[in-house]
Amino acid sequence: MEDARKIRVLIAKPGLDSHDRGAKVVARALRDAGMEVIYTGLRQTPEQIAETALQEDVDVIGLSILSGAHKTLFPRIMELLKKQGLTDVMVFAGGIIPEEDVSEMKKLGIKEIFGPGTTTEEIIRYVVDNLPKRD
Amino acid sequence: MLTKTEEIAEGVLKGDRRSIAKAITIIENSMPGAQELIAQIFPHTGKAHVIGLTGAGGAGKSTLIEKIVREYRRKGKTVGVIAVDPTSPFTGGAFLGDRIRMQELSTDEGVYIRSMATRNYAGGISKATKDAAKILDAAGKDVVIVETAGAGQSEVEIVKVAQTIVVMHAPGLGDEIQAIKAGIMEIADIFVVNKADRENANMTTVDIQAMLQMSNKKGGWKPPVLKTVALTGEGVPELIEKLEEHRCFLEGDTECKENLLKTKAEAELQEAIKERISRALIDQLKREGKLDELLREIVEKKIDPASAAEKLVKKAINDA
Repeated sequence: MEDARKIRVLIAKPGLDSHDRGAKVVARALRDAGMEVIYTGLRQTPEQIAETALQEDVDVIGLSILSGAHKTLFPRIMELLKKQGLTDVMVFAGGIIPEEDVSEMKKLGIKEIFGPGTTTEEIIRYVVDNLPKRD
Repeated sequence: MLTKTEEIAEGVLKGDRRSIAKAITIIENSMPGAQELIAQIFPHTGKAHVIGLTGAGGAGKSTLIEKIVREYRRKGKTVGVIAVDPTSPFTGGAFLGDRIRMQELSTDEGVYIRSMATRNYAGGISKATKDAAKILDAAGKDVVIVETAGAGQSEVEIVKVAQTIVVMHAPGLGDEIQAIKAGIMEIADIFVVNKADRENANMTTVDIQAMLQMSNKKGGWKPPVLKTVALTGEGVPELIEKLEEHRCFLEGDTECKENLLKTKAEAELQEAIKERISRALIDQLKREGKLDELLREIVEKKIDPASAAEKLVKKAINDA
């Protein structure tokens, strides 16, 4: 009997800022929506994030960043994911990412960016509606 | 042409990390090919030492595992970790947070960590945990550590997965009456009292020891009670020693035990030789009045300490 495949999500905080309330709120909301959420804590390097995504075989990665270093860290993360062959993982981001950077981030392959004021319901709905098809 | 399952099984046997990841997902979700996959890797299992670590939530299991893995890595062994956390019986979701304590192990190629949710299987593990351990075993990991979800008194399912069970305690959670209760206290091959730097740690240790002494069991393995401070790694080398001893005990192998003792003896011998040689050489230099000169040469960067030492040792061996 095939069980319904669980959605596995990695919530990661790259870089040096220590504001993890947002990441925890999102992790908690996705948990309550029935997903399995892997939370790896603060100050993750792009290498740690890509390797964790690989080992945990996640469907979705949520990146939280408030330090302003997204233009340095996100390209590196996306590059490493590609190198690992994890092109079928959906990546979204949240935190403080200025409007003028959004299109650049999306060009890297980040599917959606959620700024301040986003409700957890919006994020849950987005994840469910945009789940990648993985084998 | 290989089927997809065969391809993944082959990847697992080669230790390919992506294949391991997919294999665990397949068995965890009972996807098509799950049974076939296990059948294919099964002949290659049984080499790893599978260790179960259980105890109350907050005892320090994840933190201790990080230190245990580092110690095994120092000894050149590869390690797989399966960290189980509870699934919500209300929503089916889970928050898997054990990796937070093991962050730096993520990028070590000799370590593979997988978080699993219990998916409402009773006993502190999930239905697929046993097979996930087999996958890491078949992938060539020397040691596989299974961390249960925080366990209370009766979660003893881990005995079906692991060969060596470590039951972890922290001070201040109960007296000798707790220690004498049935269930989790009966499955331990090794007891660990963590947070040993706290008040009452000795009390907890004594309570467990007193309980063990009431046992009528004759012969066989006697569970030791060890103290650790997971945050600093204190007591971890001693824990590894006991884990290795238990592995030998399980194998019923006197040679295994002898090798273990020999390894320990070798380390002690090395230490002793180092100390004596260095003392003898320094004394000789002093007697010959050459020490001061040599030290000056090092200070003046005419020779580096390693080269100076090599010259001295070579000369001493040739003279002998």
